[in-house]
Amino acid sequence: MIIAEGKPLAEVAGLIQGARKVLVVGCGGCVTVCLAGGEKETGILAAALRLLRQKEGNPLETVEVTLTRQCDPEYVDMLEKYVTDDVDAIVSLACGVGVQFLAERYNKWVVPALNTKFAGGTVEHGVWEERCGLCGECILYKTGGICPIIRCSKSILNGPCGGSQNGKCEVNPETPCAWQLIYDRMQALGKLDLLMEIQPPKDWSKSRDGGPRKVVREDVRLA
Amino acid sequence: MKTESKLEKLLSQGHFVVSGEIGPPKHANPEGIKKHTAQLKDYVDAMNLTDNQTAIVRLSSIAAGVHVLQAGGEPIIQMTVRDRNRIALQSDLLGAYSLGMRNVLCLSGDHQSFGNHPAAKNVHDVDSLQLIKIVKDLRDEKKFACGEELKGNEPRFFIGAAANPFADPFEFRVLRLEKKINAGADFIQTQCIFDMERFERFMAMVRERGLHKKAHIIAGVMPLKSAKAAKYMQQSVAGMIVPDEIVNRMEKAADPKAEGVAICVEQIKHLKTIEGVAGVHIMAVMWEEIIPTIVKEAGLYPRPKAE
Repeated sequence: MIIAEGKPLAEVAGLIQGARKVLVVGCGGCVTVCLAGGEKETGILAAALRLLRQKEGNPLETVEVTLTRQCDPEYVDMLEKYVTDDVDAIVSLACGVGVQFLAERYNKWVVPALNTKFAGGTVEHGVWEERCGLCGECILYKTGGICPIIRCSKSILNGPCGGSQNGKCEVNPETPCAWQLIYDRMQALGKLDLLMEIQPPKDWSKSRDGGPRKVVREDVRLA
Repeated sequence: MKTESKLEKLLSQGHFVVSGEIGPPKHANPEGIKKHTAQLKDYVDAMNLTDNQTAIVRLSSIAAGVHVLQAGGEPIIQMTVRDRNRIALQSDLLGAYSLGMRNVLCLSGDHQSFGNHPAAKNVHDVDSLQLIKIVKDLRDEKKFACGEELKGNEPRFFIGAAANPFADPFEFRVLRLEKKINAGADFIQTQCIFDMERFERFMAMVRERGLHKKAHIIAGVMPLKSAKAAKYMQQSVAGMIVPDEIVNRMEKAADPKAEGVAICVEQIKHLKTIEGVAGVHIMAVMWEEIIPTIVKEAGLYPRPKAE
């Protein structure tokens, strides 16, 4: 899933300083699972913004809605009835995708309440870790199911570099060296010989190239 | 001979080579580089010019190489893949060759978080191993990384790579060295050696695989200036092993600088006896002027002339 975390309250408050009425919109997708932008966080953020503005003697009206997903027009449409003329701004607690879908759909000032961090998963309750670099051309079959693109601090394809010591990355003693993990895994699977193959430079055009990437499935298109 | 490199010539003639290192300055005045070149040129066969080492902005290694060349030294330009993509790397290789550079050391580069611009975006379009292959393909295939043919003079570099016998996983270090040699490395400069026992084990594995016959392995040494420096290297530098014995010697020394030189000279004399070690690389960080003393005391002076 996409992992995000809330921006500091003061920062969000600063983004809607001039507004008197805002829509605070949560998302029922990834950000609900990573406890950053679900219904609960939406309620908490709206209340905090109201309290802050009350303290400043500049009261704020909030309307809170949590959509099933903000990255799907069918759900984004459901916000329409709340987007009234007197709404000055929309605060989105979705990832960057949701923020943009709201901004594309509604002619309002839309601001993000979260920082979108990475594609990752839950490693323990309250801890999420990055696993995928969204590079567009998966090579996990070459590296024992461990991604060097995003888990190695230098995205090395022929690692490990000289900074790997005691299984840790030179950049942070808390971070496991991805290439140590790859080595251990390949050894356990009896496939160390595969690591002797020189991996050629990666085709980064699959990763980030000339504007947004698009996936089209003609077989399921309706028109 | 693959190239016009003086370093290649000396190595291929079987000389035990000595290289040194000059850290370019954090300003635009080349006088320091020229001064160090003048001090070192009769004592080392080639000088590495570091490429924004520890990710701190410095005068570029290629420009520094030009100053070394003009002052009579043999430059080895270091090239990291941290700050440049394959377009810029190849462009700089062409440019460096046109300016007279004949040796290049291909590196990953220290992570930008260690430097003075930790908010910088790193590049890592290719890794150090892929860079080796790019330099080799430019030279031997006359081809750019994209496969396109060079329609003119190709850059003919003597290709260097780094090896760190002190990083982990230890057993893979020799295999990765082999990968670098297979990719095209002609010479290898190792991380600073303090743990001689581990380096000996590394070299035994190197010989077992016959790698010392496929590339020239130059052993890295570093003279320590103080006990504090020894401890810092021991505790704070990733991929480095400094045995307690060396730290203790530095702590007990009445004259730590002299002791640091003595240790370094002992190490060089020992390294000379290890089969497969083709030379030493002396990394005297911020202490370049000590190199002549070390070279003389190690019995490596005068240096051979490349004819």
